[in-house]
Amino acid sequence: MTDHIETDVVIIGAGPVGLFAVFELGLLDIKCHLIDILPKVGGQCAELYPEKPIYDIPGFPMVTGQGLVDNLMAQIEPFHPTFHLNEMVESLESIGTPEAPLFRVKTSENGTTFTCKAVIIAAGGGSFQPKKPPIENIEAYEGTGVYYAVRKMEMFRNKKVLIVGGGDSALDWTVNLQPIAKRLTLLHRRDAFRAAPHTVEKMRSLVASGEMDLHLGQVTSLKGEEPVLEGAVIRKDDGSEFTVDCDVMLPFFGLTMKLGPIADWGLNLHENLIPVDTEKFETNVPGIFAIGDINTYPGKLKLILSGFHEGALAAQKVHRYVYPEKKLLFQYTTSSTSLQKKLGVAA
Amino acid sequence: MGVIHVTDRAGQRHTLEAIEGWRVMEIIRDWGLPIEGLCGGACECATCHVFVAEEWLGRLYPPTEEEEDQLDTVMTQPNSRLSCQILWTPELDGLEVTLAPTGA
Repeated sequence: MTDHIETDVVIIGAGPVGLFAVFELGLLDIKCHLIDILPKVGGQCAELYPEKPIYDIPGFPMVTGQGLVDNLMAQIEPFHPTFHLNEMVESLESIGTPEAPLFRVKTSENGTTFTCKAVIIAAGGGSFQPKKPPIENIEAYEGTGVYYAVRKMEMFRNKKVLIVGGGDSALDWTVNLQPIAKRLTLLHRRDAFRAAPHTVEKMRSLVASGEMDLHLGQVTSLKGEEPVLEGAVIRKDDGSEFTVDCDVMLPFFGLTMKLGPIADWGLNLHENLIPVDTEKFETNVPGIFAIGDINTYPGKLKLILSGFHEGALAAQKVHRYVYPEKKLLFQYTTSSTSLQKKLGVAA
Repeated sequence: MGVIHVTDRAGQRHTLEAIEGWRVMEIIRDWGLPIEGLCGGACECATCHVFVAEEWLGRLYPPTEEEEDQLDTVMTQPNSRLSCQILWTPELDGLEVTLAPTGA
């Protein structure tokens, strides 16, 4: 059963710029739903540098990536946005007119559909997707012998499993899959792991007792008649090579960003960025806006603060689509009782 | 003022003017060569991966644990480095690097 949601605006991307757009839209009585491929809000800030300091956010001499996200979440709380995490927007279809835009948005993970009057793309560098090791023909084994995530552990019962990587995902799945796999091999570039110490310890004890194998090196090619995987050729630091027999390889190399399905939505693109006008940050499709790192225009600076500014201006135009009959009066939060009521700070 | 030499993924060698205090990733990006540098130099993505010419390798500061952690997420060679972690100084005049394949 597909869920269907009707709302004013769908925001694609729950990074800082998407979050602040909720605030700007909220002040104008515009309701929104946010969709993000990650399991948590915050985008790059939360995924790439949660603990790293940022020094150029106005009003914060220093704030960490996660600190900024936490503050933005507190700031937009009065507007009760709905988040759809772990979901990727698969299709975006225009079903309205340029004067009265209307869109149907569909996500891939559980097939939620949305009908909305405007779409704001705040997807930063695109969607986070697993890093694929650059191994020739790897695509030929994807879905049959190569997986970038474990959805159902049972799929790997009695299989010869090769896990590649040295982080938390690699080590967690090593200790979880070892009991059900026929034989499990962990491969990492070096003999140091950046995973939770107790998990590393557990892995080492399994190796010591001969219950699994650990090798140092990197996969250079895959063996087996496509799409059936039979082994991986591994190169050690000294240049020598050997083969590990495996039915399944699970590379855990972290995440990278790809434009993804955005490329198929009929938007003008310039080097994987979306051109917009600087008056309202609208794309070539009326009703679809692009703010933050994903857009481009003369003089664009890829700064979080630029994205905040862009969200504020986009909201003004979105208001005209959501409330075509209403005149928009510009108000300040410092002086407007109406805005303060919306924020829950005035009687 | 000095230069760095960068071989792109098509094998073409470019000589780029370098500025003291800039990271090699920033120099490469500023000259418009295709280096991603997704995280902006925070040592969090490894998309600025380069191979450093053998003769220069020993003249760089060794990689930190943080850089090694990121190098774990790509396919490395013994001369792999993240260009965002190489701060250009006049001693690195003539530094020779090659852009790693995309995703590597």
